[in-house]
Amino acid sequence: MISFGPTEEQAMVRDTLREFASKEIRPLARECDETATVPDAILDAAWQLGLVSTQIPEVYGGGGEPRSPITNVLALEELAFGDAALAIAALSPAGFAMPILDMGTDEQKKTYLPLFTGERFHAASLALVEPSPVFDALDLRTVAEPKGDGFVLSGRKSFVPLADRASHFLVVARSTAREGFAGLDAFIVPRDAHGLEISPLEKNLGLRGVPSAGLVLDRVEVGRAARLGGDAGIDGRRLVASSRTALAAVMLGLSRAVMEYALPYAKDRIAFGEAIARRQTVAFWLSDMRIEIDSMRWLTWQSGSSLEKGADATRTSHLARQYAADASMKIADDGLQVLGGHGFIREHPVELWYRSARTLGVLEGTLAV
Amino acid sequence: MIDFELTSNDKKLLDAVRTEALVARQYARHYDEHEHEFPPDELPEAKDFPNVWSLFAGRTADDTSMGVISLLMTMGQTWGDYSVRMRRGKGGLGNAALRAAGTPEQQAKWNDLTLAMAITEPGCGSDSAGVQCTAVLDGDEWVVNGEKIFVTTGCRADGVVVWATIDKSAGRAGIKSFLIEKGTPGFVVAHKEKKLGIRADDTAAYVFQNCRIPRGNLLGLDESIPRQGSGGFRGVMKTFNMTRPGVAAIGLGMAEAALDFTREQLEKAGARIEYGPGIHGQSAAAQKFLRLEGQFEAAKLTTLHAAWLGDNRQPNNDEASICKAKAGAAVREITQGCIELLGPLGISREHLLEKWFRDVRITDIYEGTGQIQRLILARSLLGYTSKELK
Ligand SMILES: Cc1cc2nc3c(=O)[nH]c(=O)nc-3n(C[C@H](O)[C@H](O)[C@H](O)COP(=O)(O)OP(=O)(O)OC[C@H]3O[C@@H](n4cnc5c(N)ncnc54)[C@H](O)[C@@H]3O)c2cc1C
Repeated sequence: MISFGPTEEQAMVRDTLREFASKEIRPLARECDETATVPDAILDAAWQLGLVSTQIPEVYGGGGEPRSPITNVLALEELAFGDAALAIAALSPAGFAMPILDMGTDEQKKTYLPLFTGERFHAASLALVEPSPVFDALDLRTVAEPKGDGFVLSGRKSFVPLADRASHFLVVARSTAREGFAGLDAFIVPRDAHGLEISPLEKNLGLRGVPSAGLVLDRVEVGRAARLGGDAGIDGRRLVASSRTALAAVMLGLSRAVMEYALPYAKDRIAFGEAIARRQTVAFWLSDMRIEIDSMRWLTWQSGSSLEKGADATRTSHLARQYAADASMKIADDGLQVLGGHGFIREHPVELWYRSARTLGVLEGTLAV
Repeated sequence: MIDFELTSNDKKLLDAVRTEALVARQYARHYDEHEHEFPPDELPEAKDFPNVWSLFAGRTADDTSMGVISLLMTMGQTWGDYSVRMRRGKGGLGNAALRAAGTPEQQAKWNDLTLAMAITEPGCGSDSAGVQCTAVLDGDEWVVNGEKIFVTTGCRADGVVVWATIDKSAGRAGIKSFLIEKGTPGFVVAHKEKKLGIRADDTAAYVFQNCRIPRGNLLGLDESIPRQGSGGFRGVMKTFNMTRPGVAAIGLGMAEAALDFTREQLEKAGARIEYGPGIHGQSAAAQKFLRLEGQFEAAKLTTLHAAWLGDNRQPNNDEASICKAKAGAAVREITQGCIELLGPLGISREHLLEKWFRDVRITDIYEGTGQIQRLILARSLLGYTSKELK
């Protein structure tokens, strides 16, 4: 049945996070961007809202709530409304934990999920993106060769969130034997693995508030138990779709931040004797923002819904991510123009959103919903 | 619960609509090329098909709500053809106006007529408050004078709901709607328009010359002219909240047909369209196609959202404009893009793509252009009146 109505619990999660994003996250966004750091206190505060732990089953110490990609999509929109970088930082453990929850063996769940049920934030991240201009999730350059009972991983990763403190990485690699989605495998790699080098923190255009780094895997040897899903491997489609959906939700939240900032500004700013919003050129940018934000939201929900049902979300997630990338860039671009020269000055957050939008649009996987 | 999956009952209904639509599509080119002919109310094949409405029987509360499924059915129909249908339902835009503004007695009296709606004049379209057509009370009759253009189903309709002013100095508040039946002396159907697309749809121009109608033909029977506010004008405009998502759906059905045809042809020619690879794993053609598909999907979802709000008795003024604006722009981009992708095949009249390109173009024009939708939406977002944002 086609329905656009969140459940009562989902609406509550959304409202709580909306307030948290405005009161706690937004005020930190500028400083985190300028200093390229994220304070532990905000990560712990976000953690205590139960973002990841509630959906972990009780047997592993979690809250035992139903696993819900849609709830996570709603949460990400709100967090990213506060700040996209901090949203990614706060939910980066989901990029590690949710695939284990969905596709891990019992042994893997037992070993790793309890890490994410404590009082404090625990960093662990998904490592999918690679530093190549022709990066493609279906054509990874990081490869996993079988060796003895285990595998040898070689390659490079980039934009791994909180790589400076993550205890483990979920490294996505191509198995040498197979192609396309079937060739995708993920390996749980501890940060002190032999042959794993964590590069110095990256200096990026945007999303500077989430410290990120590259990984160099120089023949990292892992055991058979490190392969996510065990001998059965993983559903590569689901992993990629989940991360595309998460990114779409972040771009949606960022776009809403732009609109809600530009709108009152346009009403206040006087030029030629009247508010600039009274000129159609400006007013129509605002209309278009709202039209595109609605569009993005339903596409993202649609993709979250396919994931929630366990259906193949390859199509819906592709459309949602691509659309959100195009639309959020346009919105941030127009939002900056609404502020004119002031949009170019770092006193206003719009230039930050402009940089973040461009950055988000080229990422493929950092999170999962 | 947020859900985008059709139930088996939904699918049954939509499959039936599509089966009919494919039959209607066989006649699409004929009526495009024979603009002076009217498609019949029932195609010869229709007698062998069950009536789609009979499939509504087994629907339950777990199926998609009425407004949403109706829009999907509309899309299914125009996916076949814009104007040719297996069975043409009675009723036009004027019937919606009668339902919204007529007294119960008026509704009962004219319910069975097919009614067109005539607002637009040679001198005013978007600015519907600028109506020049006049109605003057003379004894127990209104005397109507003026011209109307672009009246959809204007030739075939039994009557028309006409906007005319009873007091030009009162602006919007002086504009009232009148029901005028065909055959009334002084009511002339001047000509049928020749159009870019939707040629099987008849679009007429009317002239009213001292056309006398009974006093009781004023819809709602309210002859007063409020000194403040816009009188019933705003209420009349609100009926468009109901019709705008419908107009969006009409356009989207054709855009979907264009996408389906384009995908089929591209794949036949060896260009694969896949959702797995990112930007570097796709041909330029596939990338372009996927973006068009994203536009389609976005416009469709905003349209269904507007109807879903209505089904759940939530306000949807903004969303009605959002979906009309979004669909209006999307169907243009989609059909233009599909032709670009198929090149010579796209422009050939051997196929229907060039027709869909012409047919969809009306979506962003009638029932409020894309600009007017943005204006309405911006006023709402900014809390501006129509004086503050022109
Ligand atoms: C096939 C067809 C069927 C139709 N059916 C009906 C019908 O059944 N009944 C009926 O009454 N009418 C009907 N119409 C008329 C239709 O609703 C009008 O054509 C439409 O509203 C635009 O009015 P216009 O053509 O006078 O354009 P104009 O109002 O002259 O507009 C021209 C351009 O200026 C823009 N514009 C105008 N005002 C503004 C503004 N304030 N701000 C920014 N931009 C602005 C418009 O967006 C448009 O791009 C039909 C038209 C067609 C072509």
